[in-house]
Amino acid sequence: MIEIDRIGFAIGKSEILNEVSAQLPRGKMTAIIGPNGAGKSTLLSLIARLISPASGTIRVDGHDVQQTASDTLARILAVLRQENVIASRLRVRELVGFGRFPHTRGQPDAQDGEKIQWALDLMALSPFADRFLDQLSGGQRQRALIAMILCQDTDYILLDEPLNNLDLFHSRKLMQVLQDMAHRLGKTPVLVIHDINYAAKYADNILAMKQGGVFANSPTQAIFEDNLLSALFDTPIRIHQIEGQPFAMHH
Amino acid sequence: MPARRLLVMAAVLLVACAAYLSWGARGDWAFILSFRGTKLAALIVTGTAIAVSTKLFQTISGNRILTPSIMGFDALFVLLETTLLFALGGFGYTMLDPAIRFAVTLVLMTLAAILLFGTLMHGARRDLHRMILVGIIFGVLFRSLSSLLARMIDPNEYAVLQANLFASFNQIELDLLGISTVLIVVALFAAWRLRDTLDAMELGREIAINLGIDYDRHVLVVLGIIAVLVSVATALVGPVVFFGLLITSLAYQIMPGFRHRDHLIANGLLAGIVLVAGQTLMERVFHLHTPLSVIIEMLGGLAFLILILRGHTR
Repeated sequence: MIEIDRIGFAIGKSEILNEVSAQLPRGKMTAIIGPNGAGKSTLLSLIARLISPASGTIRVDGHDVQQTASDTLARILAVLRQENVIASRLRVRELVGFGRFPHTRGQPDAQDGEKIQWALDLMALSPFADRFLDQLSGGQRQRALIAMILCQDTDYILLDEPLNNLDLFHSRKLMQVLQDMAHRLGKTPVLVIHDINYAAKYADNILAMKQGGVFANSPTQAIFEDNLLSALFDTPIRIHQIEGQPFAMHH
Repeated sequence: MPARRLLVMAAVLLVACAAYLSWGARGDWAFILSFRGTKLAALIVTGTAIAVSTKLFQTISGNRILTPSIMGFDALFVLLETTLLFALGGFGYTMLDPAIRFAVTLVLMTLAAILLFGTLMHGARRDLHRMILVGIIFGVLFRSLSSLLARMIDPNEYAVLQANLFASFNQIELDLLGISTVLIVVALFAAWRLRDTLDAMELGREIAINLGIDYDRHVLVVLGIIAVLVSVATALVGPVVFFGLLITSLAYQIMPGFRHRDHLIANGLLAGIVLVAGQTLMERVFHLHTPLSVIIEMLGGLAFLILILRGHTR
């Protein structure tokens, strides 16, 4: 479980998060949704100890992320932010192999090779495994980074807008893989996501954020309700049930 | 494959060393070997220090054209030495044991580098332009302050400092060689121990933290190592702007892969080859008509231009 307790965060004088408290259940996929500037990515970075909060604590699986050693956390949670600039001239397989770093400290063995191949196959990267990252398209590079995160094999997987640059096929595939990991392997994916219909279809739990605070935190069905979503995005949204799934019409 | 290339480079370095020691030697071998041997050791030690410090800086700043000297590290060292002379006076400065004086400058240099550059490294990856600008401004600032102090110091006293600071590959400060070698070996060993961590750090702050690296602390450690290497090299041969860039660019071309375990060694070996072979040609073929640093700076400057024109800024 991820326990967020009265987290505050500010950049200069502008407050980004104000006394945010929420609990994200273990073994379920959680989607974080909300308008731009709601503090979704900031919250994700705080959970992943990429930045430090001004106040409050966050515990992942009982570990206080500010106090726990970084290499211990790297075996519990993995995070991928948006806009990664990679300086080294790496091949896809080498990048994915870095996912084993927290477990092996640069001394990979045969078992790691299998894990790397598994992650490459999962993200359909095997045909490009020996290409350099700068020879890939944006979507392929995004998949390579996600494969590295999956190769890290952690219980908690935090992804900031992972569907960026991905086409329909790979978006759907990624969401299925993550859902499967939650339901079959008991992992806890947490995704910041803009397409609320992907959230409706795949997430078990939704954390809705607005203006630096929690707007709602409930199972998916409870969130997909006309008035709640319209108020969250300040946009008229109507929910239709299509083939037993909530579908948000917003344009 | 990396191992074979490293072996070839090591062999070339050995040949270069043998040529330097024996070419045109006449007379007492014991004298020649000790005379040339000391100089050879100095060349290899300083070359390795400059090249490795450049590679380390490129790793933590996430690009391949910045070097410690472009960022003003060696100008900072010159400023500290000048300040020391200014504070102590010529007499105090000369009376101070060179080793102690060197130690004081080194500690100040490490602290200053960590304070000044530690805060800057955060935005380095996103904002190369800002880093270059900061480097230029720091360089100019440090050099102007040095020359301001130089004007305020008695010319006779300044001559003492000048002899120290205007060292070159032909006039290496040999009295500092012993302690310098020890310091450089310690710093290189520290860098070598971080080799796998450096691989992860090169991926950027966020990915490195994700992989369990205590990134912010390690950046300071690496800056400290760079400060020691640059100080020692500058004390021995004076500021050399483009040598480090020349060597790291060569190493990127020659060594496949990204691993620091290969690149750190390759940088050391290439630096040795270029300096020893260059110095041999300079002394035996051109009979000291052209200073080695001029040729190295010219080649390094060309490499810099080519890198910029080819857009290899990452």
